[in-house]
Amino acid sequence: MLLIHCPYCDEDLPELEFTYAGEAHIDRPADPASLDDEAWRNYLFIRSNVKGPHYERWRHNHGCARFFNAVRDTVSDRFLTTYRVGEPRPDLESLIGKEGRE
Amino acid sequence: MTRFSALSLLKNAMTGHKDWEPQWPDSEPKQEYDVVIVGAGGHGLGAAYYLAKEHGITNVAVIDKGWLGGGNTGRNTTIIRSNYLYDESARMYDHALDLWEGLSQELNYNVMFSQRGVMMLAHNVHDVQSFHRHLHSNRLNGVDNQWLTPEEAKAYCPPLNISKSARYPVMGAALQRRAGTARHDAVAWGYARAAAARGVDIVQNCPVTAIRRDSNGAVEGVETARGFIRAKKVAVSAAGHTSVLMDTAGVRLPLESYPLQALVSEPVKPIFPCVVMSNTVHAYVSQSDKGELVVGAGTDQYTSYSQRGGLPHIQHTVAAVCEVFPIFTRMRMLRKWGGIVDVTPDRSPILNKTPVQGLYVNCGWGTGGFKATPGAANVLAWTVARDEPHPINAPFHLDRFRTGRLIDEAAAAAVAH
Ligand SMILES: Cc1cc2nc3c(=O)[nH]c(=O)nc-3n(C[C@H](O)[C@H](O)[C@H](O)COP(=O)(O)OP(=O)(O)OC[C@H]3O[C@@H](n4cnc5c(N)ncnc54)[C@H](O)[C@@H]3O)c2cc1C
Ligand SMILES: [Zn+2]
Repeated sequence: MLLIHCPYCDEDLPELEFTYAGEAHIDRPADPASLDDEAWRNYLFIRSNVKGPHYERWRHNHGCARFFNAVRDTVSDRFLTTYRVGEPRPDLESLIGKEGRE
Repeated sequence: MTRFSALSLLKNAMTGHKDWEPQWPDSEPKQEYDVVIVGAGGHGLGAAYYLAKEHGITNVAVIDKGWLGGGNTGRNTTIIRSNYLYDESARMYDHALDLWEGLSQELNYNVMFSQRGVMMLAHNVHDVQSFHRHLHSNRLNGVDNQWLTPEEAKAYCPPLNISKSARYPVMGAALQRRAGTARHDAVAWGYARAAAARGVDIVQNCPVTAIRRDSNGAVEGVETARGFIRAKKVAVSAAGHTSVLMDTAGVRLPLESYPLQALVSEPVKPIFPCVVMSNTVHAYVSQSDKGELVVGAGTDQYTSYSQRGGLPHIQHTVAAVCEVFPIFTRMRMLRKWGGIVDVTPDRSPILNKTPVQGLYVNCGWGTGGFKATPGAANVLAWTVARDEPHPINAPFHLDRFRTGRLIDEAAAAAVAH
């Protein structure tokens, strides 16, 4: 079972307290009415499905119930970091570099 | 290649079975092929076989990063059925079922196809209604599926607990008698052997790292760990890894890859005569011919390529099995494993041409593509050979995610296969 760090509760907690909520940093279209079918497809259905560090959303629904973001390596399932909603997408280079030094 | 027959078995028995020749050669890749198929699972190997047999295209390589059949083909719980809701799916899976029925003869290889029936349990009013909807739709499509009362279900599968005091009482079941199981490895081996006998090269332990396109955008070949292999037609049938590879050709797919797990028990005497699936408590069980209970678990909630899967799913599944079959509470489980399944938003596959000339894709089979193996392989071969889809796979195109014409088995079933 994964141990996940909730950036709001500031604790490492078991995966069962959390719900996965898909790829992160996918913006809702600002002007939905102007989108053509292709843009809708990309927004609704196309995902990067990365093999490696993946930006994703989680929700601590059996705890503080808040959404947050994470970077997890989908090959090892290891979390590189978790961060609050609204914070900028962390830079991968620095994350992986930090991992390497540990 | 020696044909298997009573005579050849007898002859080899005389020499202690030491003189069997290899079933297929482990080929080194040539520099160029007419068709390269990426992924030596049942689907890829089967497509190579049908390309050679039905379309006369034998200059074909099937390339795998590992051993043939080492992906989901060798990791699944082997449930075969065709009672899907939508017309498109019914045609696709029933085509596969038709081919399953003759497959051992066709390949001269015993794939141990066993039509022991697949029974799906209804535990609440919603299940009862949705199963009836399936039954009616199946009947209109000529697909067999039958409603059983709890007592009839128990008569068909005696270990079943139909007590009214169960936490999720059995309110009835839908039974497809034509459905069943097959030996998964044998399917890969049988297709590999039959394809190799017709001249197909099977290249193992050779990861394909990229798909190369020429200046007009058409497919030129594949980059591999053993160098560039030229081919004007490339078919990608790489299950959980399909999107990674298709990205290299600039084709983005509506796929997400999740771990799906299964487990087996210690072998016991025959006790379980059919396949039982319970979507509500999420347990599905059958007994292999070796005697092990084969149990399917769920997918993890997060995407992953780790090929392991989390323990909570195993615990959940085992609890569900004990609930539905109290007789198994003291059974010991031997092994568990995971495979990476490629899931589409509507839980239906993508099997068609792509926007790139010469590039074909067969993916998105997710948690339920073993049953489709012969059918998918058969129409994939057609699509590659003629550069146009067979009527059966025509609706399974990539463009449905743009037009909105989905084949929404997700809404119809919402569970693993
Ligand atoms: C635990 C589990 C239980 C399941 N239960 C059932 C079931 O009961 N019934 C059912 O119908 N379906 C079931 N499925 C789904 C089923 O196994 C798959 O849909 C089906 O086997 C897919 O076959 P395939 O030939 O497309 O893929 P695979 O057998 O996975 O073949 C794909 C191949 O591509 C290779 N590959 C990937 N990337 C590359 C690359 N870059 N270069 C070269 N080779 C590459 C892989 O090594 C692999 O061998 C289950 C799956 C799992 C994991
Ligand atoms: Zn929290």
